[in-house]
Order: sequence, then C-alpha cells, then structure tokens
Amino acid sequence: MARSAFQISPRLGASAAVLIAALILSALGAVVSRATSDFVLSPADWAAVRFTIWQAFLSATFSCLLAVFVARALARRRFWGRGLLITLLGAPFILPVIVAVLGLLAIFGRSGILNDVLGLIGLQSVSIYGLQGVVLAHVFFNLPLVTRLLLQGWQSIPAERFRLVAQLGMPPRMVFGLIEWPLILRIIPGAFALVFVICLTSFAVALTLGGGPRATTIELAIYQAFRFDFDLSRAAYLSVLQLGVAGAAAVVALWLIPSVGLGGGLDRMQKRWDVRGGASRLRDTIVIGFAAAFLILPLSAVLVSGLRGLADVPPSVWASAWTSTWVALLSTIVLLALALPMAGWIATSRRTSVEAVGLLGLAASPLMIGTGWFILIHPFVNPADWALTVTIVVNAMMALPFALRILVPSLRDSAQAYGRLSAGLGLGGIRLWAWVLIPRGRTQIGFAAGLTAALSVGDLGVIALFADPDRATLPLQMYRLMGSYWTEAASGAALILLVLALGLFWIMDYWGRRNAIVD
Amino acid sequence: MLSLTDVVILQDGFRLSADFSISTGQRVAVIGPSGAGKSTLVNAICGFVDVSAGTIALQSTDITKAMPSERDMAILFQDNNLFAHLSITQNVGLGIRPAMRLSVAENEVVANALSRVGLDGFGTRKPGALSGGQQSRAALARALVQSKPWMILDEPFAALGPALRAEMLDLVAEVATETGAGVLMVTHAPEDARRIADTVIFVADGVAHAPVATAELLDNPPPALKAYLG
Repeated sequence: MARSAFQISPRLGASAAVLIAALILSALGAVVSRATSDFVLSPADWAAVRFTIWQAFLSATFSCLLAVFVARALARRRFWGRGLLITLLGAPFILPVIVAVLGLLAIFGRSGILNDVLGLIGLQSVSIYGLQGVVLAHVFFNLPLVTRLLLQGWQSIPAERFRLVAQLGMPPRMVFGLIEWPLILRIIPGAFALVFVICLTSFAVALTLGGGPRATTIELAIYQAFRFDFDLSRAAYLSVLQLGVAGAAAVVALWLIPSVGLGGGLDRMQKRWDVRGGASRLRDTIVIGFAAAFLILPLSAVLVSGLRGLADVPPSVWASAWTSTWVALLSTIVLLALALPMAGWIATSRRTSVEAVGLLGLAASPLMIGTGWFILIHPFVNPADWALTVTIVVNAMMALPFALRILVPSLRDSAQAYGRLSAGLGLGGIRLWAWVLIPRGRTQIGFAAGLTAALSVGDLGVIALFADPDRATLPLQMYRLMGSYWTEAASGAALILLVLALGLFWIMDYWGRRNAIVD
Repeated sequence: MLSLTDVVILQDGFRLSADFSISTGQRVAVIGPSGAGKSTLVNAICGFVDVSAGTIALQSTDITKAMPSERDMAILFQDNNLFAHLSITQNVGLGIRPAMRLSVAENEVVANALSRVGLDGFGTRKPGALSGGQQSRAALARALVQSKPWMILDEPFAALGPALRAEMLDLVAEVATETGAGVLMVTHAPEDARRIADTVIFVADGVAHAPVATAELLDNPPPALKAYLG
C-alpha cells in the first residue's frame, strides 16, 4: 500500500525509540567509561556469572518441563474450578516478587509448613536459601506463564483434529506424537528463551533467597558492590558483564519469544474423546493437584498472615504504599506515552527491526541502567532525590517490551481494516488516535497499562540502589521489615502490596474490557 | 474534469497504463476481467496507490501526489466503509468534519442525509446492527454530506442481491444528482454499467481504455470485451 494509506506519523514513534535508545546508551556509556581496563574480575565475580547462567538455565528447564505436564493435564481434564485455576495461572506474572517470596518462605522456609511436615515424620529439614530457593521462586513465577503459553497452543488445535482422532480410535500415545508433540516443539523454544532471559536479570529473588559466595547473581553483585562497598568501578564492570550476558541471550531470544497473550478465552474447553483411561486420569489429577497447591498455598499464606499482621503495620508502610501508588501511576503514563506512538510506528512499518528497540529494555537490566545513571548524575545532584524519578522511568522501560507485544497486533488490525477509510476521510494524527486507534485498541491498552502498573508497584530493583531511609516504595519498605525480622509488619505490608498490585491491574484491565468493541 | 495523462502504475511486475479524461458530472463505470487492474486504477485515482509516471489532475490542479483526503473525492470501498465501533450518526458525521461533537446545524445535516437514504431513526445504532444494504445506505449518506465533486465506488454493492443492488445504484444516481457529483464506479456486472453509467472504461491487458458510451460499447463489444462478457 502506498505511503498515504496509513496516516500514523512515524515521527513521534521514532522519537520515543530514539529517547529509549539514548537513555539506555547513556547508561551504557557511563558504565563503560567507569569500567577501567586495569580492573580484574575476582573469582567471586566469575562465580556470580556462572551462577547467573546456571540458575537461569535450571529455572527455564524446570519451568518448561513441568509446564508441559500441567498444560497437558489441564487441556485434557474438565473439573470444577478449572476456569478459576487457569485465571490464577495469570496471577504470578503481576505478583510482586517480594510478596511471592514471603509466601514461599511460609511454605518452604525454615519454619514453613514443609519443614513442619518433614519434622513430624522424622526427616531432615530443607533450606530454601541458595540455588534451590532461587530456582524454586523462578519456577513459581514462570511455570504458570509457560503453562498459559502452552494452553494457548492447545487451544489453537482445530476441534476437527480431535474428532478425527476419536473417529480413528487413536490411543493417547499416538495423539501425543501426532498433535501434541509438534505443538510443544513449536512453543517451548520461545518459552524457554523468555524464561531464561527473565531469570538472567533476576534481582529481587536473588536478594531475598540467594546471596553469599555460592548464590549471587550478577544483578545482586552490582547491588552489593554499590551499596556495601560503594565501589562504582566494580559495579560498572559488573554492569558491562551483565549487559554482555543478558544482551546476547536477549538477541537470541528475540526471534523465539512468543507473543504475550491476553488471557481471555483460555478456559474454553475442547471436547475430547481420546482421554478416558483410568491411569491417565489419576496421573492428570495428581499433576493438577500439585500445580494448584504450588500456586495456591503460598498465596493463601500471604493472605492469612497478612490479615493477622495488618494491625502491626507501622505508619511508614502506609506512607510508602502511597508513594508506590503514584510511582506506579506515573510509570504507566510514561509507558503509554512511549509505547503507543512506538506501537503505531511498528504496526505500520514494514521493517520489523523497529520492534528490537523496545526489546532493548529486556537486555539492559534495571541495575545496569541504575548504575549508569547514578554515575552520570551523582557529580551534580544527590541521587537519592532522583530515586523515584529514575524508578518511574526504568519501570516504564522494563514494561515496554511486553506492552509493545500486546499493542502492536491490535494497531496492525485497525490499520489494515480502516487505514484507507481513515485516509479517505482525512483522519490523521491525534484524530486518528482519538477516533479509531484508541477506541479499537482499548482492551489491549487497558491490559498493557494494568500490567505496567502492577509490575511497577511491585518492583524492587533500581529503587534499592538509589533510595535513602526517608524514601521508599512499598516493596523496599517491606524488604527492610523482613531484614529486621519484623515479620508481622512485613506480612501486613505484603498483603497491602498484593492488593495494590492486583487492584491496579484489575482497574485498568477492567477499563479496557468495559465497553470493549465487539464487531 | 478528471484527467489522467500518460499514467503508468507499476506493482510487483504488474503494469497498467491510462490516458483519458472524464468531464465533471459524468457517470462512468469501470469494467474488465478480475485481476485486470480495475481496483488498482481507482486506488491510484484516490491516492492509495502511487503512480510511477504521468499526472492525475482535477480541473487544472495536479493531484498526483496529493493525500487521499485532499482530492475532492468521496470514496466507497468494497467493505469496511463504516467504523464498526462508532454509531451511524458518528460515521456519517465524519464526512462533515472529524470532531467529537458536531454543532446542532451539523447534526441536522446528518439526520437529513440519513432520512434521505431511508435510515430514519437508525442514527444511534452501530453498523453491526444493520443489514448489508443498510450499511451501504449509511456509507452513501456520508458521501451525501461530504458533497464532493466526485464519488468513487469500488464495487461497494458486490455482496448484495440483484434487486437490492439495483436499488442502491438508483440511490447512488440520486445522490449524485443532488450533489452534482461525477461517479466513477468499478463493477464486474455489465447490467450495473447499463443502469447507471453514461460511459464505460474497459480495463484489460494492462491498459485502461478511454471511456466509450455505455450502450455503444456493450452492444458492439471489441473482441477482448466480448471474451469477458461471454
């Protein structure tokens, strides 16, 4: 189609992309300039590199492996609460990391339920700290994500296939080889890459469950070099290292990562005739039971202990909850201001390379960007004064890759269906957005905004670098309470944070779905 | 006067040349085998397809490079003529100006146009609640309020049954008469051309031939047209 058919100006989108690239590259420039060449990485630093890659590999492997079983069982069985369970599978993605960690501690921690049970039957207690804890938490977050991606795939299998299979009387093993295995092969590489990249830049999990010489990720090492030693050149060096590791992985993953689904309709159930057997039913029941318990028990623990601890919450928690709320809202506004023009540009551009700019955010870790900007601004201003500003911008940038994945398909559809009509009527620029693109994309816009708000309100990353005792977001405040063993208050804070994250997500997502366009 | 001078359109190995003019207020049908380039020709005239050579002019203004909305044309496509998420009134109102709120006078113009095409009381509905014929009427109502010197139609009624199509063509003729607009309409049905068009542009073998009086052409078709008509 000719230039004139779509009147989404590339200028704004390109400016947003340039701004993002400039923000990331300026941070990179700063860390590179600080990472002097005579610096030698200590064995501990190399251990951090090895641990980062190893735990990400294990996390991705376990998440994908287990997800195959869970998704297959869910796709085959119809049971009471199935829809609710599948909705719950979406929760960990927007769950604040530190809240989930508290929930996992209640189940798997030193005085958690698991160790109580082990003690009762006379077995040795297990520790959640170290590699196993980091991987456990990562699997908690990513197993549901991969399961949902796989369920999307199962949903895309035409119903006729299963009818044909039933008609021919194929045994489950053949169904697996013929239909399910090709599907798994198609989805798992991308899912594995996505989880691997997410886990590479994991910070909050390593901060709370890792640590020590044997369980420190690069992100955590940056934080420690920064916070404890105030060794900027070491932090800078580690940042370059982090960018090398995560950047290389992200570039590889770029072409594999699947689109982030909206989550609607996943509870639809296909009629199956090939799964009647008793043994497979028992196995599926066990798999689903374990998955549900793994998901629900930590969340319930947060709820129960949170309600009990709510009375002990100090005023500082409420103050930081308010801070977190407006930080999240501003983050969401910044995200939309960047993502909408960029998505419009990507949707109408025939070059897909544009989308890579948005994914830069995945490769550039928050702490690397934080370190870089700290180096840039600290000669001139007190970085603590800028802690919240930096948090707002970094959170928006971190959500950008996901937001683009969500927004671009909808904008592309609108442009395809209504590009000529809009051009013929002279709808362009802001009017095109107001009349066509925003109304038609509002479901996706609401979802992307909700996701950003939830991720931002629960983020414990760059804020930990910059903040002083007077300034804290709720996750940081909660981490401090946990660090000082004030468990009741931390539990109460966790509940508030949980309600904030889910609430912000729900409100924005609801805005998008209400009056959603159904053609 | 709409004139195409030495126009050449190149698209992925496809070539179409056109050199003719149509005087203001004429009704012209564009017919020819599928794939011959009928739609490409009107898309180029509307500004949705770039021309590789030659000029397109309206009166004496060169519009070869003008934006689609700057060409003094009201356009009806095959589908997606209405924004499915906007009400019929809003859809028609866009023909006057793209504003969130129209003035009382403008709203009256829209209401009159709707009643003119037989859609009294349908203004608050969404396109999805209308039948195919009613949707075409709504699109025509917008063309009516746009009141441009040219109406360009790219097989907009192809999905309608014969009786309904004839009815819509008559309505097009009426609307054109009221606004004094010329009509350029792509169709694959010769009876459509006979019903509405003074002249016919025959498109085949990479050439859009200059318009010829409808009856004359269809009664004594040249070999290529004869092959198409069967």
